[in-house]
Amino acid sequence: MAHAKPLATLRSATGIPTGRLAVWWVLASEVVIFGGLLGSYLMHRIGHPEWAEAAAHTQTWIGALNTFVLLTSSFTAVLAHQAAEKGNGKEAAKLLGFTILGAITFLIVKSFEWANEISHGYTITANTFWSFYYTAAGLHALHVIAGAIIMGVVAVDAYRGRELHRVELIGIYWHFVDVVWIFLFPLLYIAK
Amino acid sequence: MADTAVDVHRGEPHGHDDHHHGPQGLLKYLWSTDHKIIAMQYLFTGMAMAVIGGYMAYVFRMQLAFPGISVPGFGQVSPGEYNSLVTNHGSIMIFWVAMPVLIAAFGNYLIPLMIGADDMVFPRINRLSYQIFLLSALILLASFFVRGGGFGGAWTAYPPLSAVGSYNQTQIGATMWLIAVALEFVAFLLGGINFITTLMNSRAPGMKAYDIPLVCWMIVIASILFMLSVGPLIAGAVMLLFDQTLGTGFYDPARGGDPVLWQHLFWFFGHPEVYVVLLPAIGITIEVIATFARKKIFGYKLVLYTTVATGVLSFFVWAHHQFVAGIDPRMANVFTITTLLISVPIAELLFVIIATLYGGSIRLTTPMLWALAFVAEFLIGGVTGIYLGASGADIYFHDTYFVLAHFHYTFFPIAIVGTFCAFTYWFPKMFGKMMNDTLGKIHFWGTIIPFNFIFIPLFVLGIGGQHRRIYNYQHFPELAGPGMYRLREVATISLLIMLAFQLVFFYNCITSWMKGARAGRNPWKANTLEWTTESPPPHGNWPPDQMPNVYRGPYEYGHPDREEDYWPQHQPT
Repeated sequence: MAHAKPLATLRSATGIPTGRLAVWWVLASEVVIFGGLLGSYLMHRIGHPEWAEAAAHTQTWIGALNTFVLLTSSFTAVLAHQAAEKGNGKEAAKLLGFTILGAITFLIVKSFEWANEISHGYTITANTFWSFYYTAAGLHALHVIAGAIIMGVVAVDAYRGRELHRVELIGIYWHFVDVVWIFLFPLLYIAK
Repeated sequence: MADTAVDVHRGEPHGHDDHHHGPQGLLKYLWSTDHKIIAMQYLFTGMAMAVIGGYMAYVFRMQLAFPGISVPGFGQVSPGEYNSLVTNHGSIMIFWVAMPVLIAAFGNYLIPLMIGADDMVFPRINRLSYQIFLLSALILLASFFVRGGGFGGAWTAYPPLSAVGSYNQTQIGATMWLIAVALEFVAFLLGGINFITTLMNSRAPGMKAYDIPLVCWMIVIASILFMLSVGPLIAGAVMLLFDQTLGTGFYDPARGGDPVLWQHLFWFFGHPEVYVVLLPAIGITIEVIATFARKKIFGYKLVLYTTVATGVLSFFVWAHHQFVAGIDPRMANVFTITTLLISVPIAELLFVIIATLYGGSIRLTTPMLWALAFVAEFLIGGVTGIYLGASGADIYFHDTYFVLAHFHYTFFPIAIVGTFCAFTYWFPKMFGKMMNDTLGKIHFWGTIIPFNFIFIPLFVLGIGGQHRRIYNYQHFPELAGPGMYRLREVATISLLIMLAFQLVFFYNCITSWMKGARAGRNPWKANTLEWTTESPPPHGNWPPDQMPNVYRGPYEYGHPDREEDYWPQHQPT
């Protein structure tokens, strides 16, 4: 089914490309989702100093490892953007591939971490700290999975030299996923 | 490819066109990316849901006025069914009628046409938005048929009632309700991003910020409000879902949770939501008033800035829903002040409308009657809000029918009057035919008069102490006197009359669509761009070589230097 591109998609009254504009609005809506969740968590945490005992059972070094993995994957996303700007679709696709690899590593580490915690009895219903822990990190992990899938689609297109501007857009989203983790890591792991 | 762009739906509904490559037949209406068809999908789905929501109101109003009778078309109402009916009446009318019709249907239809674009900037995301919305509606409707029936924990879904299946007795229905609402939010986030970016980027050449018709501004500002307020509720909905299905304790104080947290998250969304649906309705009213008063809007920029101020303020009023929920009285003071403050910009908008009417040459067409009725009826809703915004008075009025009547005096003008106003005004553009004005006026009076007779008695009952969400007032001797029952009967019979008059509307729609006079391009002699193309507009809205340019603002009526009393936006000076 072929579509003629509507004229509306080609206009840019603000001078900002429509795709980039839309991604920023998506992020605005995401910020308030995580904002609401983390705000609720913070209010509860302040009211329940005893949660520190539960929080002491999180593995800070695993969280730190995952932070490192995510930040590195964001770096390759930036390099991919740079390559796409130069019109080098194959290079951009390869670098996006590294970012996807980072996402997969992150998820594997996370699943071992969760399996270990659950086997020690720290399940989502253990207490409300653990409920927040799994809900917040789980919602974030969903974003990691979604980002990795979209990145795969963008990478395939970029490899064929198509829709190179999307490399930047998925990069913006990926940085956001990164930033959310930067908030989650201290709130869930470091604060004991 | 150009042929697809122009003639996908120029013909009659069943017209076949051999050489376009898009989907054929019925599929082209279900699978179209054309903003006008998606608008129609939203409009008709919303109207179908309105009929269902109205039917629910009919059933439980019958039970309230005549407790225990076998309601024609339903049968005897059990307490559980009653809870499910009031819960889903509220949910449907707000999330599946007001939102899809006022924002999604008119936003989709009007924004590209009024800013001179051929479509939305993301047509396929637009289609996806409707499909997710339809799925959410189907899930909600399906929830009536599961074990236990539809959700019965009130549309605000306060835990622990909503979180614990043994309390609300509708465990499966509650989860399906939550999933349906969440999907509906996703649909409107997708639609909202489309509206915002389309308005920002795809305006016709020459259309500056202050040349945009106010209704487009209003819908876009409403979309931004929705987007910024719904996030915390999405997070809250995930928590509630886990409480329901996994057995977490986010809202259970015995396990370190807090039920008031839900109220904060819900109303942080819920109060801006009032303005999310109010702003499009006010925008529609302003368009109609300017056209039929043949006068420039009094203070375009004032309206715009006021709207933005309303939007900002609307994020700081939510706790006025919680004055009796045990919040800190000092907090209650703050929220009383912000709540009373927000009536200032709203009053300003109404004054602007009145000032526009002053000295205009007013034409009392059917859409104009609806627009005037919006102002009059919403005013009552707004003024009674002052009582509830003041924490002292609210402690008495809270959870009585006074609140319910106040709420309906705001939402009925918004969702029903606003919709009829827009529908009768843009019907010639949407379907290419004029509506019958006499039938339109009969329908108007047959709706507005009974509406007041439904809800004024409920104000009186509320002041008399009638509590909300009660299945049968015979169980409360002090609320079961004959005087109170007379008032309940007045409200219910008025509802029956109002529902009966809706048949006039549907009859008018069908006969006008089939046999009405041809509308032509600009039957109301209005200025905005949608009136410069054919009625109904072809796919792509204008022929590719005739896309309009804009030379002036949208409300240049009665300009002294011109022979005609209007000056369309696209005419070169």
